[in-house]
Amino acid sequence: MMLGHRTWFFENNPRIIATGTICGPFEGNGKIPNDFDTIHADLWLGQDSYEKAQKVMFEEACTKAIEKAGLTKEKIEFLLGGDLINQITPTSFASRTLSAPYIGLFGACSTSMEGLALASLIVDSDYGKNVLAGTASHNTATEKQFRYPTEYGGQKPPTAQWTVTAAGAAIVSKEGEGPIVTSATLGRVIDMGMTDPFNMGGAMAPAAVDTISAHLKDRNIDASYYDYIFTGDLGSIGREIALDLFKKHSIPMDKEKFQDCGLLIYKEDQPVLAGGSGCGCSAGVTYGHLLNRMKQGEIKRMLVVATGALLSPLSFQQNETIPCIAHAVAIEAGGANE
Amino acid sequence: MADQKKKNLTPVQQEYHSLAKKHEIQRPVMKNCIKAFLVGGFICFIGQFVQTFYVHFFEFNERTAGNPTVATMIFIAVLLTGFGVYDRIAQFAGAGTAVPVTGFANSVASAAIEHRTEGYVLGVGGNMFKLAGSVIVFGTFAAFVIAIIKTLIVGWGGL
Repeated sequence: MMLGHRTWFFENNPRIIATGTICGPFEGNGKIPNDFDTIHADLWLGQDSYEKAQKVMFEEACTKAIEKAGLTKEKIEFLLGGDLINQITPTSFASRTLSAPYIGLFGACSTSMEGLALASLIVDSDYGKNVLAGTASHNTATEKQFRYPTEYGGQKPPTAQWTVTAAGAAIVSKEGEGPIVTSATLGRVIDMGMTDPFNMGGAMAPAAVDTISAHLKDRNIDASYYDYIFTGDLGSIGREIALDLFKKHSIPMDKEKFQDCGLLIYKEDQPVLAGGSGCGCSAGVTYGHLLNRMKQGEIKRMLVVATGALLSPLSFQQNETIPCIAHAVAIEAGGANE
Repeated sequence: MADQKKKNLTPVQQEYHSLAKKHEIQRPVMKNCIKAFLVGGFICFIGQFVQTFYVHFFEFNERTAGNPTVATMIFIAVLLTGFGVYDRIAQFAGAGTAVPVTGFANSVASAAIEHRTEGYVLGVGGNMFKLAGSVIVFGTFAAFVIAIIKTLIVGWGGL
């Protein structure tokens, strides 16, 4: 059912029956290592390129989710995924082995929730029983794609963020046990004319605020309805800006309940500057850490807002501004009616 | 340039820029300069040490010792890049590690390592000078311009 202008309300209770999360060594030393199914000690994952490592990571996340759901590969009807590398090859190549019908997505770091929203839509409308949505990012593969060579000694400003090496996949089903995806709000592309690729949080904050306010308005609730609102990877700077924007638009928002996945994943003493970023950031943290907290009963209702900066190295070099997007998905332990 | 950019922004965008600016943590320029000065100086100190070493123990004089010294410094920088240490020092030191010849070596070596997976010819060979290329191009061009100016002043100006 459509609510307002751009919110889907899922009436048939699509649920996340299982998830798989994989991360690299740096994340394994972070704040939430116990929430990952597999932690790799080797950044290469035994592969001969970082892109292949990312592919393997995504494959592993999917297989883990399928295994935990007690399903087989054949039972997965659709696979929705994407990543940040050229032409999303790591995800497409991983889908080769998973052999389910595949829909490739690109929403930069918002791909995680874009996938989850679409998977829930498919399941809710009875066009599929088990749909897998996932994404992955690899620190060095992404750095190579968007910035300088990884070993290059360029000094990063304090606004820069650290791309997370992680993969997360979730299986959305009609049957089974798990937290329910109650609604999703799709984002518009928002461009505030920011041009600094080392300040993604600042560029993405308006998109997050736009999607969250649209979501609250469409569902006719206020922010206190949710125990927490988690943004994908705004980092410390983007989060502060977003809080300021809420104040400016007079949307009440509890500071403590407005958290960011990019700030949850690493310890304070890890040198990540403004926080984590990347597709794997929101996917890994949501499908691991946040859903575990929901399972333990600590969180009953949460809104996950994955934010993405839709730039390419080319567009940035040609002095284009950075358009951004944010997709929000509401996950509630007992559905919307409880 | 900055004004030009600002003119293309809508009022809403401009308003947002000033709001975002408040939260943007600025680079600690003074602190970075001091760090760069100290680390850069230390690298030059090592260079001086190496040069003195060549003068004392080999058949070099102060003038000819320059070449093996630079080669040694490049070798050390490339080694540190390969071990994944150089970029960490650079995050601390900034221009201190970028300006000496070691920074140039790092930019070449890091690009070569990065593109190794794409093969030797198109990967390493084609991308090695991705970052250093512009230094060479504009360095050569600047030298050319300066040489012309010098020729004009010295040759025809009669100075």
